[in-house]
Amino acid sequence: MASLKVYGKTYSTNVTRVLTTLAEKNVDDYQMVPIDLLTGANKTPEYLKLQPFGQIPAFQDGDFTLYESRAIARYISDKYEGQGTALSGNTEREKALVNQWLEVESQNYNPCAGKIVFECVFAQILAGRPTDEAVVKEQLEKLEKILDVYEARLTHHKYLAGDFFSLADLAHIPVTNNLINVAKKGELFSSRKHLNAWWEDISSRPSWQKVLQIIQAGQQQK
Amino acid sequence: MKVYGMPYSTCTVRVLTTLAEKDEEGYEIVPIDLQVGAHKSPEFLKLQPFGAIPVLQDGNLTLFESRAIARYVAEKFEGKGTALFGKTVEERALVNQWLEVESHSFNPLIEPLVVQLVFAPMRGKEPVESVVKDHTYKLEKLLDIYEAHLSENKYLAGDFFSLADLSHIPYAFYLINVAKKGAPFTSRKHVNAWWEDISSRPAWKKVAALALTKE
Repeated sequence: MASLKVYGKTYSTNVTRVLTTLAEKNVDDYQMVPIDLLTGANKTPEYLKLQPFGQIPAFQDGDFTLYESRAIARYISDKYEGQGTALSGNTEREKALVNQWLEVESQNYNPCAGKIVFECVFAQILAGRPTDEAVVKEQLEKLEKILDVYEARLTHHKYLAGDFFSLADLAHIPVTNNLINVAKKGELFSSRKHLNAWWEDISSRPSWQKVLQIIQAGQQQK
Repeated sequence: MKVYGMPYSTCTVRVLTTLAEKDEEGYEIVPIDLQVGAHKSPEFLKLQPFGAIPVLQDGNLTLFESRAIARYVAEKFEGKGTALFGKTVEERALVNQWLEVESHSFNPLIEPLVVQLVFAPMRGKEPVESVVKDHTYKLEKLLDIYEAHLSENKYLAGDFFSLADLSHIPYAFYLINVAKKGAPFTSRKHVNAWWEDISSRPAWKKVAALALTKE
């Protein structure tokens, strides 16, 4: 029985952020425990003991429980430091830049991109209402400006924190996949040369390809 | 080291408090006056392309995002002042967990409240009641979860003060002490005790005094 458990469902970008990190660190030996938001499994007393905010994912390593996908990703990156891809930078400076761009993802990119994806993809299923186009328009305007900054950054650096792939790039992958491939907002990326090259690069990594297969397998199991 | 920002800005304060907790005084504050749009000048945008404060310069490293700067300070001065990430791998992970809760659950609720109740009036605008009501309601529900957690843990990551607690201070201070709308905190026994504790730390008191005089 695997001592690592990931609680959640693969339709969640927060869950797939964790799965991608596990894949980058060559960690295969974990168990997915389904917690489906659509059935309210995230609100049971048992689950709330693991994750009191009722969100997915939650993560267990033996009897150590952790939540918040970026905190889980940091833990995995630290625990498996010697194997797979180095995700957190090697020097004090590199680590700082990884953290900086993780914050940019958290504070700037994710709130905007996440709202657009929610409105275009999930509003009906999760909130029982149609897409709020005004919200989409407002968030797209914000996101365009943010992506202009990314384009400038990626013009001079192959990846966000420098010339090395890191957790900062990885953190963007699941939501960006939804933004481009599900919400069909790919123009945001294809219109920006270096941003587009960055996306092509990071989304073709074996770790993400593996997670895409896991997502597809999960969809077929319903 | 230089910190570009303003002593009254919540995010600058997050950085200044971290420096104070690490007993580090070897830095200069370079004021970036938001009122005159200094944060949007071409020179500043070279440092921080999103046009936000604070920015840290340490030698040839320029760093932005207050939580990333706080992490950098905590690690750079690891041997001195308060240990801000716990002692073990698991303690560190729990600090990271609650830093994310602050970032993704707490901040999006309290920041609009502080904007409406403190910063809008400073600019001569009336608070938008519906925003205040909606965010207060959601903050109350969030703090119910904090209350349960803090009834079993002295601080967020466990029995030790950490960067996770510190990260909550700036906006909580503005809501409780400046806007005087702290009921969501003060009406909850353990949240209140936690707030009293972390806001009476010498490092915070030093920074708060600076924030208030320069407002």
